[in-house]
Amino acid sequence: MFGFWGRLLDIDLSNGVTRTVDVPEEVFKKFIGGRGLATWILWRELGSRWELINPLSPENLLLVLTGPLTGYYPGIKIVVSGKSPQSNGVIGSTLSSELGVELKSAGYDGLILRGASQNPVYIYVDNAGVQIRDATPLWGLGGLKLVKELNRLLYEDVRVERGLDTLPSYIYIGPAGENLVRTSVVMSKLVHAAGYGGYGAVMGSKKVKAVVVKGYGPLPKVSDESGFIKLRKEILNELSNRMRVFRYWGTTEGLWYTGYVTSSEPVRNWIEEWHDVRSFTHEEVERKCWIKNLWSDWGCPTSCMKVSRVFDGARSYVTDGPDYEMGAYLGSNLGVFDAVSMVKLSALADELGLCGIQTGNVLGFAIELFERGYLSEADVGCDLRWGNVDCIMKVLHNIAYKQGIGAVLAEGTYRAALKLGERAGTDLLKYAVQVKGVAVGAHGIRSGLDYPQKIAYAGSVQGGDHTSTAGRPLKSTESEAFTAFLDSAVICFFNTVDIKKLVDYLNVVTGWGFSEEDAYLSGARILTVQRVLLLLGGPDVFWDPREHDENPERFYEPLTSGPKKGEAPKREEVRKDLISYYGELGWDELGIPREETLSKLGIEELAREVERIRYRVRP
Amino acid sequence: MKIWILRDYSRCVGCRLCEIECSLRHEGLVWPAASRIRIYESVFGFPVPYTCVQCDDYPCMASCPTKALSVAETGAVLVDESLCIMCGSCINACPGRIPRMVGGKKAVIICDLCGGNPACVEVCESAGFNALRLVRKPGGEVVKAYLNNPIKTSEDLAKKLNVF
Repeated sequence: MFGFWGRLLDIDLSNGVTRTVDVPEEVFKKFIGGRGLATWILWRELGSRWELINPLSPENLLLVLTGPLTGYYPGIKIVVSGKSPQSNGVIGSTLSSELGVELKSAGYDGLILRGASQNPVYIYVDNAGVQIRDATPLWGLGGLKLVKELNRLLYEDVRVERGLDTLPSYIYIGPAGENLVRTSVVMSKLVHAAGYGGYGAVMGSKKVKAVVVKGYGPLPKVSDESGFIKLRKEILNELSNRMRVFRYWGTTEGLWYTGYVTSSEPVRNWIEEWHDVRSFTHEEVERKCWIKNLWSDWGCPTSCMKVSRVFDGARSYVTDGPDYEMGAYLGSNLGVFDAVSMVKLSALADELGLCGIQTGNVLGFAIELFERGYLSEADVGCDLRWGNVDCIMKVLHNIAYKQGIGAVLAEGTYRAALKLGERAGTDLLKYAVQVKGVAVGAHGIRSGLDYPQKIAYAGSVQGGDHTSTAGRPLKSTESEAFTAFLDSAVICFFNTVDIKKLVDYLNVVTGWGFSEEDAYLSGARILTVQRVLLLLGGPDVFWDPREHDENPERFYEPLTSGPKKGEAPKREEVRKDLISYYGELGWDELGIPREETLSKLGIEELAREVERIRYRVRP
Repeated sequence: MKIWILRDYSRCVGCRLCEIECSLRHEGLVWPAASRIRIYESVFGFPVPYTCVQCDDYPCMASCPTKALSVAETGAVLVDESLCIMCGSCINACPGRIPRMVGGKKAVIICDLCGGNPACVEVCESAGFNALRLVRKPGGEVVKAYLNNPIKTSEDLAKKLNVF
């Protein structure tokens, strides 16, 4: 085996028993790693009773996985996965963290956390083994306070007698994850989050505050050493010499570009997707907030992050760019068009361990309900109107601690809409901009200038995830199948080069001799398993493809402003696009994989699960 | 000519390309733990590159009981792997505890300035960050200013900007 160890660390938190699990190379060849491997593990372990498993129960698994390109390809991502408390399927949620390299240096490709601990713990892994340590002093902390406290504990692990060593790397959850908020995230380095999926809550349900890894060894050998060095240099140079926009502005640039130019930015819960507000631009954020203009992750020459800081009375708020998604969702989507307030909200969300997208979406939803009179000041405790930053901060806090209305909003947009709709005696789902329990990313589809596919979210196996969108031609870099491949090899989208080079890279590292066709095929295989587990869903919500493979209602309202005023997708086109997309993947008209597709992809055993879907989704 | 790696904390983005290239050049593997230069980012956003500063008086060399350490023309400390007994004297003698013993290596590791063309500087420059730059070695005690505990330095940088 080259490029990976074929070894996972399996930790049962219920009884503290740890063991290593060997995964055959054949599995890696089929599912690559990362998102694909997560899908495979979840299917094999939980697939037979998927519908019965509560994502927040000890039965669920929390997976932290690397891929064969982790540590070799410029940039770093790791995948966090499990049965998602948002979509009730599998989401391969990626975040940037050195943990991936540390894991491989410690001799593992990933971690499986199962069961649940009685008391708060954090897990410390190094080459010598695993320790499950008491995290009582860390429980309840987030942001810089947590970093300070955890660093203090970890200083004792830093080796000095053999020369000064670095601190280990870690991922953690904030208070939101501890409180099982469905919009909570798994975080690293203050600002990075595995947002989609709600895995902060899964980690919280296992009472794991943090996973700390320190590796001392080398990464596994690569298959073709000279080929690897050559290709690495080539790609490093290519990446260093492009992406100027990302380097100088980060994705923060989207605050203006995606709003004003492509008209696809969430503005006031997607009532609009266009703005021309000059106080809400990347330049404004830079001028007022950035204290460091370049900040990068492990091995990454793109350096799209920045450090922002805002003073407010006695304290300072610190976050990154913020990146476009976070900025748009905690800015324009809430009617906040002031850079400083947006940075404050983003920093607070990071501190609480909340997902900017999911939480920004549910907040926008709540504000719209307030403005429409479905929520009152008595419900919320303050005047929750567009742009009322103080009130929004209060509610953000309440979501993380499940207080008052926060307890309902903490369930995420879809579930909150169901609950509040029941109370109001009317359908409130029409204001919920989400797909299959997952709030859509900050890229609208109505203008067609940003994401051209009308089924980007409706057909995605990860719901509203903007990094895994359906509808592009299967054999392109932007197709969902290829996205799944990249999430499984585990590299960052911003660092992709052309397909041939990417596949070559996989080959020089692993020696698999993959063709581009093989890459797509593995992507399609992963999507197929993900699709089946998504449609199995349960136990609290189930998806019916006839009803839920659909855009949020709002996306059918014509745009009210901007260069594409009046545009909206047509329902019958969406249905048509879905059917042709499903056809391409070898799924039937409802998006249920056909039997011959399963055998073509070499996953015949999935037939049992498909059978259960067909039974539930019968005409 | 004696050369030196000038490290600019404010320009360091924390990408650790230096660590990767260092380990690739010396070990032929991606092996951050065996990199002769390391990035300490105890407060995220404030990375501190840290490697041998080549003290004028070379306390490491003076402490070595087996004479395994010598000074190259570039000013770098060279380790004779056949003589090193991994006793740790150099680590204790070093004011910054910079030499390291890494599991799997037979001798202590210290920056050798790559014979005059350091891989870390090369990649930092080509990536356009220029946090590491090759300069003529400054004389006197000034180089020891870069020996403060980098874990602390990272915190201090953050404190200066009121973020920690």
